[in-house]
Amino acid sequence: MSKVLMIHPELCTGCSNCALACSFKHEGQFRPAASRVHVFTWEREGFSVPIMCQQCDTASCMKVCPTGALHRVKGETLVQYECGKCIGCRMCTIACPFGNAVYDSVTESILKCDTCDGDPSCVRMCPVHALEFVEDNISTRARKRAFANKLKTAVEGA
Amino acid sequence: MFGWSGTILRVNLTTGAVSTQPTNRKDATLFLGARGLGDKIFMDEVDATVDPLSPENNLVFSPGPFTGTFAPSGGRYHVVTKSPLTNTIAGANSGGSFGPELKYAGYDALIIEGKAAKPVYLWIQDDKVEIRDASHLWGKWVPDTTDMVRAETDSGAKVACIGPAGEKLALFAAIMNEMHRAAGRGGVGAVMGSKNLKAIAVVGSKPVRIAEPQRFFDAVVKGRNQLFAHPVGGKGLPTYGTEVLVNILNEIGSLPTRNFQDGYFPTADKTGGEALSANQLVRPKGCFSCVISCGRVTKVKDPKYAREGEGPEYEAGWSYGADCGIDNLDAITTSNMLCNEMGLDPISVGSTIACAMEMFEAGLITTKDTGGMDLSFGNPDTIVKLTEMIGLREGIGNQLALGSYRFAKLYGHPEYSMTVKMQEMPAYDPRGVQGIGLEYATCNRGGCHVKGYTIAVEVLGSGAKLDPRVTKDKPALVKIFQDLTAAIDASGGCIFGTFGMGADNYAELISSLTGISYSPEEYIKAGERIWNMERLFNLHAGFTDKDDVLPLRLTTQPIKTGPAKGEVSHVPEMLPEYYKLRGWDEHGVPTQKKLEELELAEIGATQAAGALAIA
Repeated sequence: MSKVLMIHPELCTGCSNCALACSFKHEGQFRPAASRVHVFTWEREGFSVPIMCQQCDTASCMKVCPTGALHRVKGETLVQYECGKCIGCRMCTIACPFGNAVYDSVTESILKCDTCDGDPSCVRMCPVHALEFVEDNISTRARKRAFANKLKTAVEGA
Repeated sequence: MFGWSGTILRVNLTTGAVSTQPTNRKDATLFLGARGLGDKIFMDEVDATVDPLSPENNLVFSPGPFTGTFAPSGGRYHVVTKSPLTNTIAGANSGGSFGPELKYAGYDALIIEGKAAKPVYLWIQDDKVEIRDASHLWGKWVPDTTDMVRAETDSGAKVACIGPAGEKLALFAAIMNEMHRAAGRGGVGAVMGSKNLKAIAVVGSKPVRIAEPQRFFDAVVKGRNQLFAHPVGGKGLPTYGTEVLVNILNEIGSLPTRNFQDGYFPTADKTGGEALSANQLVRPKGCFSCVISCGRVTKVKDPKYAREGEGPEYEAGWSYGADCGIDNLDAITTSNMLCNEMGLDPISVGSTIACAMEMFEAGLITTKDTGGMDLSFGNPDTIVKLTEMIGLREGIGNQLALGSYRFAKLYGHPEYSMTVKMQEMPAYDPRGVQGIGLEYATCNRGGCHVKGYTIAVEVLGSGAKLDPRVTKDKPALVKIFQDLTAAIDASGGCIFGTFGMGADNYAELISSLTGISYSPEEYIKAGERIWNMERLFNLHAGFTDKDDVLPLRLTTQPIKTGPAKGEVSHVPEMLPEYYKLRGWDEHGVPTQKKLEELELAEIGATQAAGALAIA
């Protein structure tokens, strides 16, 4: 069984602690422009969504990578990035439909979520549990339960 | 430098000149950043007697060392200028993402000088700074201004701007960032308007560096855990927002009611955090790096007042609520949203309306003055209508935009204004809570609670509990809160961080971040230094101990009903002890010995000379 990063936008307060945690974990400083997770906020509606790589099964970034810098170890979920093999062609940044592979000119490398070796800092530092790192077959369980609860209320109220 | 960016940006709007200078390391060490460094930079360059709305007044935006890091709830910036409302030093701080972005652009402070010939906005991308035409933005409200500036710059730009209130020099106009966050008090928005500066947009890509990353991380985790475990920081504020205070203050009879005529509002519960959560709350919202999330995304459904936005905070909920004798939360929330959209400080607006209501009921202003409006207490439509008229300076709103003191004085009765140094007092009745009254009387920016929030101890029992009704030990309490708060403000921290963290946490955070060692005592000392420096500015501006007073009503007319019935404020009895504890003379002037102890003797020489001459 493998784990995935599950986002719960309805809980997100927009505080960006996830982006700060990511930047700190990877660089030992705070440069959220180079974070692997970004929070987008719609201020008129008061809604925020954290976005990061979801480690697609059929990963476009991996498919277009000419050197195998982006690759997957058989049987694992994580799409790994090996900087030494990367030629900086940026094809992955074009291929990813979600914009989750980003070229960073400061470090001359691709920034994408590496799940912090299985213990994502963003999840640890989110103060409201809007991010979870959970088994992929139960990743939507909270959402199912919330909806089931709505049904229960509706049926009981009827 | 670690913690600091190391660079200060200067923009002269008269000449269009843009320049940078290195951050002075000694100043940074002594005054930290934000409120402290901002004060120092401002006072070095601006004479205390300057006309606040003249081009000679500067406007300084300054993030602190914490800003841009994940120090718990530590993402704030401070605006320093001379206040057109109070004529004291003005320090208004705000959360959101604007401060951190300014830091990522590489700046410990942004100094705005002069006055542009026509409306302009600033567009800052790291080292690239442009002064752009803003003629097409003039007159726009805050949300539209923000959207339009982003459309012309970068969709991810962080935007601080003024609304129509700032343009029209309403003396309590705010500077708003990310639409809903406010550097609210003291009329900093009017100063921005006087400079023809409509907005500042920033995008930054530089790092904030840490001296000892692992030690800093450990201090952050420790502080967060203390906040999560605290009943206020971890439960009360996240669950109900600051509006949780309405019922708490009413239960001790210290919720100022109908322009401080009373301290108890029987139907206050209709306007509290519990009611807000049940009827209007969409979701909690956090400022940048916040772990508390006291912000409220709200929606008013009643078609009459329908609106979407944020808030109210407790102060706005009170000023428009109990202080105006109103228990209609929909009208209160909508009025608060109007303040955000027009760029107004809702504490001063609501309180000024309350003052007008009392004067109307007393027959001192009539329908002839109000354009036919009935300003009796308790009418929810009045607060919505008057807020809009104040923001646009229409009708009687034009006079009310001067604040309650100048308004009441226009009609010959300044005693109806519930202000200290012409700034409206907030939502805690000093007759029922003695310490906070001393904070109001002595605060360097006029009537204000957040620069010495003794409510934490007097009412909420956070850390310790003192009886709110007694004066014993209160001067010492006020002093320690004022000093610690000044240091936290100067670090870029939110004052709510103290609901869980103490001076030891802050000293560890700032030391590991900057690589400069501060003991908890030295950290508080930095705050005391800042407090004294601000005091010197005010003395030089012409203030004396005669100005450290509450409105006569609060020391002579007891609360009429409720649990604190019969109480008056005892500020005059507490003041001498407070001066003594501060190391000031009997007229509230810092002694030479104190200035030397705080390393202010040289720095404040000109201000001190002026102050001593006045005394």
